[in-house]
Amino acid sequence: MDILTTFVDTFPMFFEGMLLTFQLTIVSIFIAIFIGLFFAMLKISKVKVLEWVADLYIFLVRGTPLVVQIFIFYFGLTSLNISGFWSVVLGLAFHNGAYIAEIFRGAIQSIESGQMEAGRSLGMSAGLTMRRIILPQASRRALPPLGNQFIIALKDSSLASFVGVYELFNIATTQGSINYDYMTYLLIVAVYYLVLVLLFTVIVNLVEKKMSNSER
Amino acid sequence: MSESIMINIEKLNKSFGDLHVLKDIDFTVKESDVVCLIGASGSGKSTLLRCLNFLELKDSGTITLEGEVIEKDSHDLNEIRQRVGMVFQHFHLFPHKTVIQNIMEAPMQVKKISKKEAEEQALVLLDKVGLSDKKDVYPSKLSGGQKQRVAIARALAMKPDVMLFDEPTSALDPELVGEVLATMKELAEEGMTMIVVTHEMGFAREVADWAVYMHDGKIVEVGHPEELFNHPKEERTKSFLDSVL
Ligand SMILES: Nc1ncnc2c1ncn2[C@@H]1O[C@H](COP(=O)(O)OP(=O)(O)OP(=O)(O)O)[C@@H](O)[C@H]1O
Ligand SMILES: [Mg+2]
Repeated sequence: MDILTTFVDTFPMFFEGMLLTFQLTIVSIFIAIFIGLFFAMLKISKVKVLEWVADLYIFLVRGTPLVVQIFIFYFGLTSLNISGFWSVVLGLAFHNGAYIAEIFRGAIQSIESGQMEAGRSLGMSAGLTMRRIILPQASRRALPPLGNQFIIALKDSSLASFVGVYELFNIATTQGSINYDYMTYLLIVAVYYLVLVLLFTVIVNLVEKKMSNSER
Repeated sequence: MSESIMINIEKLNKSFGDLHVLKDIDFTVKESDVVCLIGASGSGKSTLLRCLNFLELKDSGTITLEGEVIEKDSHDLNEIRQRVGMVFQHFHLFPHKTVIQNIMEAPMQVKKISKKEAEEQALVLLDKVGLSDKKDVYPSKLSGGQKQRVAIARALAMKPDVMLFDEPTSALDPELVGEVLATMKELAEEGMTMIVVTHEMGFAREVADWAVYMHDGKIVEVGHPEELFNHPKEERTKSFLDSVL
C-alpha cells in the first residue's frame, strides 16, 4: 500500500525523469545511426585504411566499459563548455554507433551480390545502387537487431546518473537516500523502465510490420 | 551488306588470381547479330559476358564498342553499361520494388527522365513482354518466367544497343522456358544485337546467326548454328555436342 502512495506522490518527479531518459535515448540513438552507417560504409569500402579506422573505433568501444566512456566524454566535453546532457548524449552515441555499425554491416552483406550487379548493369553507380537498392533492403533486415539495440541504449542511459544527469535512475537513488528507503524507489523506477521498454518494443514492432507490408 | 560492327574484342585476357579464365579471346559481333555462346561449365562464358559490360575488368586486350575502344581510365563505365544491357540467370529483380518500379528505377535515377515519361515507357515494355497486368505486383509474386521477362524489360528500359543474356532460362522450370525464349526471339526479330549464353539448342538453331563454342577460356569454333551443331569441324566441339545433345 505504502509503495503505491509513494508511486502516486512521486509521479510528477519520475515523469520528468522519464522524459529525460527518453530524450537521452532517442537523441543518442539518432546520432548513433548516422555514426553506425558511416562506419559500416568504411567497413565495406574494401579500402584497407578505412577498414582499419572502423576496426579501431569498434575495438575502442568494445574494449572499454561504457561507464568509462561516459566519464571520458563528460569530463572531456564539459571542459569545452558543452552541457552535461549533451556530453552524455554524445558518449552514448559514440558507444551505440559501434554496435549499430556492425548491425548495418551484417545487414548490407546479407543482401545477395546480384542486387549490386543488377544495379551496376543498368548503369547505376555503386553509390546510387547502395542508396536506392541495397540500403532499403538492408534497413529492413537491420530493424530487429536495431530495435534490440534501442532497448539496450535505453537501459544504458541510466549510467548518465553517475555524472549528475537527473534522469530516472538518478531520481531513484537520490530519493532512496533522502528517505532512507532505496528498495521502494528502485522498484518504482524499475516500473518506469519496463513501461519505456514496452513502448519501444511496440513502436519497433509497428515499424517492422509497416515495412514488411510494403514488400513481398 | 554494309553492317556495322557492334562489338569487337581482341586478345582479351582475364585471370582470377592464378586461374587464367579468358585466354586471348578474339571475337566480333555485328549490329543486329544474335550470337549464342555454348561451352562446358567453367569454360569462361559468364566471365566473357561480364567483361563485355565491365562488371569484370579485363587484364589485357581491347574491347571496342560501336567503333570506340573502351578503357576504364578514359571512359565512364556507368555510361558504357547503359548501352550494354544484361540479363542474369537468377533475374536479380529488386524485391522491394514493384514490377513497374523495377523498370522505372534506372531511367529515372540515371537518365533523370520524368516519372511520367518513365512510366509510359515502362508500360510499353510491360506490354511487350506480356505482363501489363502485373505492373503493381512485387517480384516475389511472379513465376520464374515472369520474373525473367520483367528483368528483360528492366534492361530494355535503358535503351541498350546490345543485350547480354547469361543462361536466362537455366533457373526456370521447363514449362516456363518457352515464354522467355519467345520474348527473346521477338527482340531478335526487332533487330536487337544479342549475345546469349544458352544450352537451348533449339533456340540457337532458330534464332541465332552465329554459334560460338568456348572451351577452357578459348573460342574453339564459330559457325552458323546448323553447321556448327551438325558438322562441327573441331573434335572438342564434337565431343561437347555429343555430351549435351
Ligand atoms: N569472381 C571470381 N573469382 C574467382 N574465380 C572466378 C570468379 N568468377 C569466375 N571464376 C572462375 O572462372 C572460371 C570460369 O567461370 P565462368 O563463370 O566464366 O564459367 P562459365 O562458362 O560461365 O560456367 P557455367 O556454365 O558454370 O556458368 C571458373 O573456374 C570459375 O570458378
Ligand atoms: Mg556462367
